[in-house]
Amino acid sequence: MTPVPFTLHVPDADIADLRERLARTRFPDQAPGVPWAYGTDLGYMREVVPYWRDKFDWRVWEAKLNAFPQFKVKLHDIDLHYLHVPGKGPDPKPLLLLHGWPGSVFEFVDIIPRLTDPASFGGDAADAFTVIAPSLPGYGGSFTPGQKRFGIADIADCVADLMTEVLGYRKFAAQGGDWGAFTCSNLGVRHAEKLVGIHLNMLSVHPGLNLGDNPTPEERRYAEEIATWAKEQTGYIQIQGTRPQTLAYGLTDSPAGLAAWILEKFHVWTDHAGDFETAVARDHMLANVSFYWFTGAIGSSFHPYYDRLHGPWPIPDGRTVDVPTGYAAFPKEIRRPPRSVAEKAYTDIRQWTEMPRGGHFAAAEQPELLAKDVASFFRPLRQGF
Amino acid sequence: MAPVPFTLHVPDADIADLRARLARTRFPDQAPDAPWAYGTDLGYLRELVPYWRDKFDWRVWEARLNAFPQFKVALHDIDLHYLHVPGKGPDPKPLLLMHGWPGSVFEFLDTIPRLTDPASFGGDAADAFTVIAPSLPGYGLSFAPHQRRFSVAEMGDVFAELMTNVLGHGKFFAQGGDWGAFIASTMGARHADKVAAIHVNMLALRPDAPAPATPTAEEQAYLDVCARWLKEETGYQWIQGTRPQTLAYGMTDSPAGLAAWIAEKFHVWSDNNGNLETAVSRDHLLANIALYWFSGAIGSSFWPYYARMHGPWPIPEGTTIDVPAGYAEFPRENRRPPRSLAKAMYTDIRQWSVIPKGGHFAAMEQPESLARDVAAFFRPLRAAI
Repeated sequence: MTPVPFTLHVPDADIADLRERLARTRFPDQAPGVPWAYGTDLGYMREVVPYWRDKFDWRVWEAKLNAFPQFKVKLHDIDLHYLHVPGKGPDPKPLLLLHGWPGSVFEFVDIIPRLTDPASFGGDAADAFTVIAPSLPGYGGSFTPGQKRFGIADIADCVADLMTEVLGYRKFAAQGGDWGAFTCSNLGVRHAEKLVGIHLNMLSVHPGLNLGDNPTPEERRYAEEIATWAKEQTGYIQIQGTRPQTLAYGLTDSPAGLAAWILEKFHVWTDHAGDFETAVARDHMLANVSFYWFTGAIGSSFHPYYDRLHGPWPIPDGRTVDVPTGYAAFPKEIRRPPRSVAEKAYTDIRQWTEMPRGGHFAAAEQPELLAKDVASFFRPLRQGF
Repeated sequence: MAPVPFTLHVPDADIADLRARLARTRFPDQAPDAPWAYGTDLGYLRELVPYWRDKFDWRVWEARLNAFPQFKVALHDIDLHYLHVPGKGPDPKPLLLMHGWPGSVFEFLDTIPRLTDPASFGGDAADAFTVIAPSLPGYGLSFAPHQRRFSVAEMGDVFAELMTNVLGHGKFFAQGGDWGAFIASTMGARHADKVAAIHVNMLALRPDAPAPATPTAEEQAYLDVCARWLKEETGYQWIQGTRPQTLAYGMTDSPAGLAAWIAEKFHVWSDNNGNLETAVSRDHLLANIALYWFSGAIGSSFWPYYARMHGPWPIPEGTTIDVPAGYAEFPRENRRPPRSLAKAMYTDIRQWSVIPKGGHFAAMEQPESLARDVAAFFRPLRAAI
């Protein structure tokens, strides 16, 4: 359990192979109709695939990641990869920063400096965190072919051990979106004694939650949101949660197929007026897609969906998250439960911020807004570490 | 609307390209667990892919298809492909034979001779049919890039016109499984004046239909199968029915990805002992997959799922099929409604055969059983045409 320093270096041959595959892409046709109506738009793919091949510079993004201290450590039968970035301030507190699907630690390249060194961004050095940002087990740098699969509770156990057993923090703060938020919530249920608090930009509220006989207008709005989401937005959950292996072949063999699968989520889930590259830069998205490609981890990254469909919800029935909780509600988040609903699962919500802009990939879309919200939430909790 | 004779000939360059792609397959890993537990087994695909590249002979299967007279005709804005095989007997009756997803006209290679020339298979020449077997619009050879998409009801309209206006059969019989069964059923409802009777090897009942107030034991067993079906087996429908375009990229660019996607259904839906090739031969399976590959139609073939999820059930609620209906119940069909439930939709079931062996791909798995059942069902109805 001794961490080993790690530097990411994708072999030249892998980059050349990717470019050759992209050059050979055999595109499907597209149904006549509105672009993006039935999934990732063909016109967009015909533009981004040659760009990825000819213009995107992986080495630039690899260097951005390598600017952060990185480690690997043997934990729970795998080699867990994580960034460990010391805070700059009088008393940096340990913050576990967790990504989700289809994200990676690349989501955090802009937010980490704002969390570790707030003074350089017009903030207060007293708010500094030391950030620990793992690749989720089975994702990106934390994947090796044939390794065991992890559900959200397993991921929570693994990262809890990272923070306490490996890094020696008695208590820590945790933040996340998507699976990262589910992992934080599961930590809140099962490892509450190790947490000072959790900050989320997505709530792990069961979409089947009963709203009772007299829902408020806000609860009715949420119920409609859930119904539309369940009908139109859950195809990827259903296939990733039942037949992840079947899907893995095409997405592991075809970089265009992988890009289409991932970029659709950036298109649908980010805050934009039609051009989603205004929400997250094309190169930033391609760095994230490339990381899935080079690591070959897309199939493994599906496993939390399988686990959730075949096991308990991350906040199991009858359980609640009782640790101090902060929530940043970004307007284009996939599901936005009203506070009255959230409070049934999270009993100690101390901060609830309605954000003016941003979507599901908050750390990549709005690093400044998210970092400030995280800092302000944990500020009154700093005595608790 | 004059049919043009058609012979299938895939260019040598397309075959060479397929082999080169198969040789370059980048395989995913697999969770350390039971084979097939999470989808198409890695061990199986690692065997199938090199076989497809080195041993499978497309020209043999192309020749088998070309042994049947084939045509294309411009109809409803597309070039519709169909086999048109004259019957051998005193009075062959026109039979529309329809495949489904992920099938093709290759399913019918062994069934067609038994239907058109029963005397050569120990049957009665009086039972002969003239078989018209189209590639479903948007499938296989009835696909051209960017053509319009077709729902099941629209396919029924195309076929009604093919049979009457193009081929001049005022009345005809129809048979099908999977989407073919849905189309036969919609034609039974929408074109009852033309379709004298239908035979199906799948019933078009909704798996999510409300349960009867007091189900019988047999009905309850079926409801349990439906519940499991909806939870574990419908991932492909959810993704194909909501984001068909997103999925199409990987399946169009990676032949291994396409093979995995299709082979899984043969594994799960055919009557096999764990080895799907005991139900359907490897070469026959690959011929079907290769047609999806060469035609580039996989994305388009998803369309009926999208149409069904965004429109009424193909047999709308309250609609009944009042033409004479026959049903061959194969034991490994994925859902087998009891007759008590089926008769609410099919009001004139004249024959209900419980077949001892076979699954969803009946025409491929058990051509003899299916052909005999079809002949027996239509025998007393021949006077209607």
